[in-house]
Amino acid sequence: MKADMAQETEIKDIDQNHYGKNLDNAVQYLSFALGKEEYGVDILRVQEIRSWEPVSRIPNVPCYEKGVVNLRGSIVPILDLRERFNLSKAEYTPLTVVVVLQTGDSNKTRIMGVVVDSVSDVISVDKTEIQSAPDFGAKVSNEFINGLVSVNERMVMLLDVDKLLKLEDLDQDEN
Amino acid sequence: MSIDMSQFHQVFFEECFEGLEAMESGLLTLDMGDIDSEIINTIFRGAHSIKGGSGTFGFTVVAEYTHIMETLLDEMRDGRRKVTQPAVDVLLGSVDCLREMLTAIQNEQDINNASVAKHKIALEAVLNGGSVVEETVLPVEQELPRKDVVPDIVEEESIELEEQGWKIAFCPYLDLLKTGNDPVRLFRELNQLGELTTSANIQDIPGFYEIDPEECNISWDLRVVGDVSGDEIREIFNWVEGDCEMEIEPLSKAVKSYTVAKEVAPESVVSASSISTPKPVETKPKAITEIKKSDVQDSDNDAAKTTAKASSIRVDTDKIDTLINMVGEVVITQSMLGLVGENFTMDKVGQLKRGLAQLERHTRDLQQSVMNIRMLPISFVFSRFPRLVHDISNKLDKKIVLKLVGENTEVDKAVVELINDPLVHLIRNSLDHGIEMPADRVAAGKPETGTIELKAYHRGGHIVIEIIDDGRGLDKNKILAKAIEKGLVEENNLLTEKQIFELIFMPGFSTAEQLTDISGRGVGMDVVRRNIQSLGGNIEIISELGKGTTIAIHLPLTLAILDGQSVAVGDETYIVPLVSIIESINITERMLNKVAGKGETFRLRNEYLPVIRMRKIFNVHSGNPTKSKEGVLVVVEGQGELCCLLVDELLGQQQVVIKSLEANYRRVEGVSGATILGDGSVALILDVPGLVRFSTR
Repeated sequence: MKADMAQETEIKDIDQNHYGKNLDNAVQYLSFALGKEEYGVDILRVQEIRSWEPVSRIPNVPCYEKGVVNLRGSIVPILDLRERFNLSKAEYTPLTVVVVLQTGDSNKTRIMGVVVDSVSDVISVDKTEIQSAPDFGAKVSNEFINGLVSVNERMVMLLDVDKLLKLEDLDQDEN
Repeated sequence: MSIDMSQFHQVFFEECFEGLEAMESGLLTLDMGDIDSEIINTIFRGAHSIKGGSGTFGFTVVAEYTHIMETLLDEMRDGRRKVTQPAVDVLLGSVDCLREMLTAIQNEQDINNASVAKHKIALEAVLNGGSVVEETVLPVEQELPRKDVVPDIVEEESIELEEQGWKIAFCPYLDLLKTGNDPVRLFRELNQLGELTTSANIQDIPGFYEIDPEECNISWDLRVVGDVSGDEIREIFNWVEGDCEMEIEPLSKAVKSYTVAKEVAPESVVSASSISTPKPVETKPKAITEIKKSDVQDSDNDAAKTTAKASSIRVDTDKIDTLINMVGEVVITQSMLGLVGENFTMDKVGQLKRGLAQLERHTRDLQQSVMNIRMLPISFVFSRFPRLVHDISNKLDKKIVLKLVGENTEVDKAVVELINDPLVHLIRNSLDHGIEMPADRVAAGKPETGTIELKAYHRGGHIVIEIIDDGRGLDKNKILAKAIEKGLVEENNLLTEKQIFELIFMPGFSTAEQLTDISGRGVGMDVVRRNIQSLGGNIEIISELGKGTTIAIHLPLTLAILDGQSVAVGDETYIVPLVSIIESINITERMLNKVAGKGETFRLRNEYLPVIRMRKIFNVHSGNPTKSKEGVLVVVEGQGELCCLLVDELLGQQQVVIKSLEANYRRVEGVSGATILGDGSVALILDVPGLVRFSTR
């Protein structure tokens, strides 16, 4: 809980720093780190940020679907983004963060948590500054990446939450 | 005084649909030629309250339409018109039409004018004894009520009336003003209908010092001159019904006189109709039976109770009272425990334990009574079927009676909502394929009229719904031949009777020689089974060739709570539904028999049962692997088959609240849902039939 609170106040501070900017074209993203890479998700999709807690494993599912937790009475699945992106595994520590995201299918919204190393920033991005992701070739999957943006000389990859959390294709695989 | 009427719309629509259901079931129980005035009254009241309500809310199209129905029903009630099958069919059609109209209004869509007009013509045709007047063929919805409501056939007498107007004796009770009604407003509205002249009777006014300004001591004689129908006038006075005495009669020639006292008897509303029927009897002054207000309302309520729509729940006050009692008990126990805890010493342990036991008991009772609120009688579903059977048997020229047994069996609201479609499908099947044509039945030595019995009862923690027909039964050779032809089974496969019947649940299977629009396309039975399985139930068929078929559906009573046995597999906890457990046995590795390539079996009382190792099937690697050398075999039944689940340990029994995995996640093979344990962690609930299927793959 303490970690939550700390995160929240931090976010607020950052928020205020950005008020000065021209916000007409701006979209806010929550950026987080996976290893040395930095990613961003649309902040309106973020429901809450929690610290990692043990999950109940689900049998016979891909390894990046870590399991489910009880989030105030609803059963919420937790995905490990490192494993989803085929990055090296990391140990879960008390500082490991779960970002709870909302995704809207055509007819209902789902809530899912993604495990990331740490949450870093709230960034305001001018829509016009977003570059489309280059084709990395077959080796790196860019299907989840909406675009790239540079913030303070760092590259942030903006993720498409709906594609990231889509499990439907897996259902079909199974059937 | 302007009130936002739209806030009452929902209630109005619910009442309308209830009314329609009451009308429908009433119409279906009407005996031809024989007038049971009680039933007709029920139907009439349904129509009347819909008409009144829709008038109030400004849905004139509905009000006009219902008015015509009312006219017809009124004639039937008075015995002026025979209750004939065609008339009843037209009325049933009208009920459908009304339902369509109301649904359209509710969804704020446009009303299908063409179909309304069609039904209207049919109704008017019946009303006129079959002779449709040309002009009525194209009634336009937006026409003034009068032109529509009083069909063009009124002719002779209405001409007379139109010239005249009405004389109204309006004598309000003393407390009219206290109810918020202002006579002046009524007069203003009357004045809009036609030329109004009023004369006030002031002889009742007391002396100046005795006057109570809140009392109404004046009565009026009113004359409305112009092209006005009695209904329009009565509609204005609708609001003061029960607060006044009132007499309305045509100005000249006392063609009719109505006494409207207290509750306006429904008869008074149908003046136009009685004129329209060209029988001399109608022109006689009609005495009105006074229906006491309370009577009318009581029976209305009864009708509503038995046939409510399921979008909101009506709960018995008894159930609520029990609930409140339970809550009281819990509060008492809680405060008792609080007292024990305040100055706790070890010698109070006994007291504490007793208190906790009590709390547990009360919590369980409380839970049960809350669940009880969600329980609805299965008649909510069953009540739709008489109509279905009636319509389809007419269409197929078959003679079929539907018997309903155990309609009051209670079942969870969610089950009620989801079971309807599968049942409709199964009953259609019985009607179409099951019951033979009357001639064939006689030839087979059976009574000409076929019977379909719809039966519901409780067994164990389940509700069983059976559809029993005495039709031709399933021909297993034919089914097998068809299955082989379609390549669903191999030719030389030896199948038991049960397995053969199971074949009809395969996708794409249909033995019907002829496809009809009722059934036979071979989609469906597999959908039926899937739907029932998704409710956590199963379906089985018992059939004897030539004698009939019984389809039994087993469903859990509730979808929200389940009695579970928690078991440990490695470090993980799973819940096995208690209803599917037959027994549990402590075993060691040596007691299992290996079967080459096919896994393991366990010999239980001379029967070899397949063993499913939970560790293996769920890829569990945690925990002490040596421990799996011995474990517990949980013998479970899934879909009529026995099998054993090998788990590490039994943990305990508890009631668990079922949470959906699919809400945020997706379906997982072998798992039917999840629950939250006492420590806040999530445990998966095993789907036993699914596991059996999964393991045999």
